[in-house]
Amino acid sequence: MPLADSFFGQKFGLTEGDLQSYLSEAMSAGGEYADLYFEYLATSSISIDESIIKSATQGVSLGVGVRVLSGERTGYAYSDDLSPEKIRHAAKVAACIAKGPAKVDKASLQEGQKRNLYPVITAPTETSLAERVALINRADAAARAYDARIFQVQASFVDNLRHVMVATSDGALSFDRQPMARLNVTALAREGNGVPQRAFHGGGGRIGMEFFQNEHSPEHFAKEAARQAIVQLQASPAPAGEMTVVLGPGWPGILLHEAVGHGLEADFNRKGVSAFSGRIGQQVASPLCTVIDDGTIQDRRGSLNVDDEGVTTQKNVLIENGVLKGYLSDRLSSRLLNTGVTGNGRRESYQHIPMPRMTNTYMLAGESDPADIIRSVPRGLYCASFAGGQVDITSGNFVFSASESYLIEDGKITRPVRGATLIGNGPEALKFVSMVGHDLKLDEGVGICGKEGQSVPVGVGIPTIKVDRMTVGGTAA
Amino acid sequence: MIDPQLATDVIRQAMAAGATGAECTLAEGEEFSASVRMRSLETLKEAGSRGAGLRVLIGRHTGSAYTSDLSLEGIRTMVSQAIQLAAITTEDAFAGLPDGDELGSLSGDLQLFESDVNALDTGFRIQQALDAEEAALAADPRITNSEGASFGAHTGQRVFANSLGFVGEYRTSSCSLSAMPVARQGDSMERDYWYSAARAFARLEKAGDIGRKAAQRTLRRLGSRKVATQKVPVIFDSQTSRSLLGSVFDAVDGDSVYRNASFLAGKLGEKVAADHVTIVDDGTIPGLFGTSPFDDEGVPSRRTVVIERGVLRSYLLNSYTARKLGMKTTGNAARGLTGNASVGHGNLYLEKGDRTPEEIIGGVRSGLYVTELIGSGVNIVTGDYSRGAAGLWIENGEFAYPVSEITVASTLQQMLTEMEYIGSDLEFRTATAAPTVLIREMTVSGS
Repeated sequence: MPLADSFFGQKFGLTEGDLQSYLSEAMSAGGEYADLYFEYLATSSISIDESIIKSATQGVSLGVGVRVLSGERTGYAYSDDLSPEKIRHAAKVAACIAKGPAKVDKASLQEGQKRNLYPVITAPTETSLAERVALINRADAAARAYDARIFQVQASFVDNLRHVMVATSDGALSFDRQPMARLNVTALAREGNGVPQRAFHGGGGRIGMEFFQNEHSPEHFAKEAARQAIVQLQASPAPAGEMTVVLGPGWPGILLHEAVGHGLEADFNRKGVSAFSGRIGQQVASPLCTVIDDGTIQDRRGSLNVDDEGVTTQKNVLIENGVLKGYLSDRLSSRLLNTGVTGNGRRESYQHIPMPRMTNTYMLAGESDPADIIRSVPRGLYCASFAGGQVDITSGNFVFSASESYLIEDGKITRPVRGATLIGNGPEALKFVSMVGHDLKLDEGVGICGKEGQSVPVGVGIPTIKVDRMTVGGTAA
Repeated sequence: MIDPQLATDVIRQAMAAGATGAECTLAEGEEFSASVRMRSLETLKEAGSRGAGLRVLIGRHTGSAYTSDLSLEGIRTMVSQAIQLAAITTEDAFAGLPDGDELGSLSGDLQLFESDVNALDTGFRIQQALDAEEAALAADPRITNSEGASFGAHTGQRVFANSLGFVGEYRTSSCSLSAMPVARQGDSMERDYWYSAARAFARLEKAGDIGRKAAQRTLRRLGSRKVATQKVPVIFDSQTSRSLLGSVFDAVDGDSVYRNASFLAGKLGEKVAADHVTIVDDGTIPGLFGTSPFDDEGVPSRRTVVIERGVLRSYLLNSYTARKLGMKTTGNAARGLTGNASVGHGNLYLEKGDRTPEEIIGGVRSGLYVTELIGSGVNIVTGDYSRGAAGLWIENGEFAYPVSEITVASTLQQMLTEMEYIGSDLEFRTATAAPTVLIREMTVSGS
């Protein structure tokens, strides 16, 4: 697409000459590389609470981030005003990081490979609000209709449409239009005057409104939230100590995100501060485990046509048959490590410096029947859903908190237990994976990953797996 | 600086477009950060941004919008969006603004803005980070690596106006310095950090002290092991005990209370904690991070006793949750630029006790001293508590060895009633503050 026909060309009259002059300004004190990240973000959010549409919000934010790389150094500045003098000022500030002669060779800007992983003609943000209001009204009604013990329901529809343009001193130019939407439902259940229980479910992706028509209907998300809240009414305290843990398919893939994903981000490994540093080629998981990070899956929440540094995303093998294969990299780390870029340079917004991040992280399916996996466990914990997790990448210790789990007794799933945190050590935990199911499932599209204060959307996925040993942090003996 | 006049102009435009009530927030911020790693500069970042937000009421319907474009056209678009959105929301009998007589602003200098933060040049700021990291690296040969050190500075301005005639503004400043060294011994690699943050540079801890403390916190984690699953007394140091207060806040947040989604809902006047537990929210203490002249609905900040000697005395409320509960706002409205206000806290703290941390540790025969908590395993609805932990094992009143890869679990109800000792080491480092505390018994889950 010629720049003149692009969103930023049309709306702000930006020309190739403008971009080149800003890049020259950014390189005026030297440095090896500079880039410009233009962002225009329109968001909306509507929510229903107590069966009342209590809030509706829309907004726009826009700006440009200018970055200069010089050796291991990064200079960064941004402006929420796209006037030439403000952008030039930001470029001048970012340039201060380098000390040397100006880099003069001016590459002409060429648009790279083009494809569209989210060919959404009308993004949810561009549809009528009435359509989105109808969805949350349906979610509210479905959750309440599920069971008379559901006494509070909140549902929201949150969407955004992001236009980005990245221009680099290497001469790369990329445009992307990134839709995103998700439907969230929270249900509270109570039996008589007993203790209430709360559960959450939701989903979405880089999708259009048709996504919510069939299997991803508001009724589906609402019933799932309501079902989980009702299950919790019968739950007893979770066990404590080491035991066999079976993870159900889909969202429990958060295990991979915490146990290995963060530890394999190239910035930590370049600095030698990750528990996985220097372990490429080593066995870090059981041979049953192959773990992938793939930014190219159509419509997914973690997918991108190009990452936030203008690099085409790809499918990266992190662990193959238990052996560590590679890291997730951005431009800076791949330059310093002399490895290829992997399309994992991401940032929260134009106000943030990009860094290596995950996209959609999952484990390939194995050969076991999920029913056989459960049958093989004399005593253990089955986890169907999780609330979130965290990792200390240096020691490798990670946690993730179960929101729906059950005891396994004599090869059968028996009774539900309350939420408990599971804890393990990244390079060790997956060595105890002894069975992998054939039922790989990706999550329904709600993941948010935080790193150094920046949040980005991600996806996870996993088949049913059996981990022979993991510490469960309940209170029951 | 943003002219507060812009906020009153926005309100006037909204009322002219059909709103029966309106609230406008303007915010401006400038940020600077310098980070260094292994004795050289790694990142410099400097920039500023502005934004405006509007919430309108048309009768009892509300609509909200925001923009980063403060041009006439940007503002006009925001106003018409908010008005249009009000048409799709449902009438909510409790929607509204605070009562006119509840509005106001604290007078006097709250010391939220100190000019020394802006007076420092870039070279000096980088040197602060270099000094902090150097002190960490030099502390011990086992400190072999570093995730770096950084210096950050932020200044901002916030303006709020509503259609009842309230207009207020205040400026804030802050700066921070942190260091995160990495230590290695055999196969064990650990990191930890220390930081200081203050509204004035003059009140920041010294760079060398921050680096040395970060090193000491990292070194004491080396060679950590897992312990057997057992029930023991658990001490939370003053950094981790703060997070318990965060959980208490979530449970007294009016929004959780009115929808019965809190283990403290319906418990006003009841004994919910040990006799010596007093928890206060005070948004009026000069110079602190939880202080402001008025909340995000234009109601003056104040001091509210939440738990008094173990008895639940007050929830924390904005005007909406107050109306839902048939109570009065406590001046705890919070919001970003726009939307219906949520509930926030001022300086929320646990009143100090009379024992030093050393005395508390000295009294434990066998137990856990927690220095780090990870994960989100706190359920405010039921009170269930289960989090990942790292710390030091105590034997016969002394630290014996570091522990990690364990969890600590109980319920918040039990933890509050079994809070046996509270330390004398209360320090306001962030908007929540708590001394060292000892919980009589929790389940430690390990091998």
